[in-house]
Amino acid sequence: MSTATETIEGFVKQEYKYGFYTDVESDSAPPGLNEDIIRLISRKKDEPEFLLEWRLKAFRHWQTMAEPHWPKVKYPPIDFQKISYYSAPKKRGDGPKSLDEVDPKLLETYEKLGIPLRERERLAGVAVDAVFDSVSVGTTFKETLAAKGIIFCSFSEAVREHPELVKKYLGTVVPYTDNFYASLNSAVFTDGSFCYIPKGVRCPMELSTYFRINAANTGQFERTLIIADEGSYVSYLEGCTAPMRDENQLHAAVVELISLDRAEIKYSTVQNWYPGDAQGRGGIYNFVTKRGVCKGRNSKISWTQVETGSAITWKYPSVILQGDNSVGEFYSVALTNNYQQADTGTKMVHIGKNTRSTIVSKGISAGRGQNSYRGLVKIQKSAENSRNFSQCDSLLLGDKCGAHTFPYIEVKNTTSSVEHEATTSKIGEDQIFYCNQRGLATQDAVNLIVNGFCKEVFKELPMEFAVEAQKLLGVSLEGSVG
Amino acid sequence: MLEIRNLHAGVEGRDILKGVDLTINAGEVHAVMGPNGSGKSTLAAILAGREGYDVRQGEVLYNGVDLLEMDPEERAREGVFLAFQYPVEIPGVNSTYFLKAALNEIRKHKGLPELDAMEFLSLVKEKMKILELREDFLKRPVNAGFSGGEKKRNEIFQMAVLEPKLAILDETDSGLDIDALKTVAEGVNRLKKPDNAQLVITHYQRLLNYIVPDVVHVLFDGRIVRSGTKDLALELEEKGYDWIVKHEALPA
Repeated sequence: MSTATETIEGFVKQEYKYGFYTDVESDSAPPGLNEDIIRLISRKKDEPEFLLEWRLKAFRHWQTMAEPHWPKVKYPPIDFQKISYYSAPKKRGDGPKSLDEVDPKLLETYEKLGIPLRERERLAGVAVDAVFDSVSVGTTFKETLAAKGIIFCSFSEAVREHPELVKKYLGTVVPYTDNFYASLNSAVFTDGSFCYIPKGVRCPMELSTYFRINAANTGQFERTLIIADEGSYVSYLEGCTAPMRDENQLHAAVVELISLDRAEIKYSTVQNWYPGDAQGRGGIYNFVTKRGVCKGRNSKISWTQVETGSAITWKYPSVILQGDNSVGEFYSVALTNNYQQADTGTKMVHIGKNTRSTIVSKGISAGRGQNSYRGLVKIQKSAENSRNFSQCDSLLLGDKCGAHTFPYIEVKNTTSSVEHEATTSKIGEDQIFYCNQRGLATQDAVNLIVNGFCKEVFKELPMEFAVEAQKLLGVSLEGSVG
Repeated sequence: MLEIRNLHAGVEGRDILKGVDLTINAGEVHAVMGPNGSGKSTLAAILAGREGYDVRQGEVLYNGVDLLEMDPEERAREGVFLAFQYPVEIPGVNSTYFLKAALNEIRKHKGLPELDAMEFLSLVKEKMKILELREDFLKRPVNAGFSGGEKKRNEIFQMAVLEPKLAILDETDSGLDIDALKTVAEGVNRLKKPDNAQLVITHYQRLLNYIVPDVVHVLFDGRIVRSGTKDLALELEEKGYDWIVKHEALPA
């Protein structure tokens, strides 16, 4: 007999599908972190002097900082000297000029992940930059995009080919002094994606980066920088997976978005790093700083995230609403199962006049998962007539998980309005029984109810991703029928 | 089609059903009436397979098979339908999507091909006319924000689409105004066929003005104390449940 209580209690996650390891020869730095390692990374990447200096300043600053303990997550102390800060698949000769020269094993890896890099196999509407451990292994559709003046390449390539843009914008949204993990990232970041959309250009396809951690005992520190020049538009997607390992691995990324006058950036994430096993062993520590600045008037930045992976997620994709009439949005689904922990949310900082922000957060806790929403809405004195609407809903499955909400609201003027709504609900046995009585199996009923709960967020995702996100939730909830 | 034999059941150590016997044949409509607390809703819940009830004695055969051994979804796929007294809201889940998923589960179980969106939609539109439902109904989430009457209509609408063999209507009349009651009853009557059966559970006689049962049973204190034709319902209406209680007290 399937009873809803047993079902929910027996909530066991199905095996992680992307947990394989690719056996490629890699070129790794020895574990440990010091100025020599940073110089080594910079040299390996042939970087200009300004960048090395910037890294070193970040490193020196990082050494003065303490790891933050305010998030509602628990983990043993990380030994930063035991991590290797650089790992790259060995290159043949000078490194791949085109995808034809990329190690077939790597192409195979991405194919297994469902991300074929060969353009003829790709869906026509999406260009991909694939990042494997510390380096980008290939970017598709570069020529098509270049014809419109769009730059979409690995961060390393941007440093070589467009140093002026990198120098102008790097660290302007997330300075190297920002926080412990952002400073660490600034010192040791190895690759990531770079994107520049010129004035008035509407990017004709979705741009995406697919991050893959492969090597053991390495950290992944990528850095993404997206600049949307006046009147431009871009929709950007990122996806992530990692092999299954018993040890925890650190992923500390930084993403900076800059939206100029009338420009719009839509940034979507489907995060599926290895979450650890049912006993809570292994999994990725996902400590990420993501922030965008609506620098120009009437500009817009929209974050959408679906967070189903990682042992611990600690991230607050934020928007600084600097330009008058600018708009910031944050749509989030975070699911924690087994022993996963998530402390995630956003910051909306209103500076310009008539700025608007919307926050919709959906937290789902199952197993022994702990899910916290933490968000700041700050309306400065200058931000006259600004508005915020926040909605934070939590859904609990079973009685051993937790949902927490920490909203911070600061309003410094009298012309603005802030609304906050929050709900917490349990998947009801009566809901499941109702579905059962109409012929649906309990597992399908749970999926149906959870997907319904997340609907407002899923509709913000690009079509293809929305389908993937729904499937991913289904997989994360699979195996729950007792 | 349905044979309930000497059913004893309860919840949390409390005896509710104390030996119910009831046989329903294909093509028949049975009404079970009774005062509050007589065990009407417990009977419906046990037939549909809701958890939390202990069956202590007796058996329930559905087309010759032990119904109580089946999971609730299996019962549904085999054609047992419960129109809920309190239909449940499922926010965010589109009514059409929900009903299509349900119908296709049942079709799969029968070995029929699943309906695609277009086929389903034309089926649904036809059925909607029976219940006089507006089209925006399909776009709304399951029962979310529905009025009491809309929820009850939705139950009968689902019944029309899923075409069950045995439909159990648990106090479908409660909370309905007279017009809605007529519409719902009309819907139920149109679904009556020689090969299906309906078990109508109600507190009041008024529903039975519109749905005419072949047999009326009076459930009192966990047992069926009287069965008869629709006239029994009228008599009950006139004399009240006390009348039955007094008769019960007399030795047979």
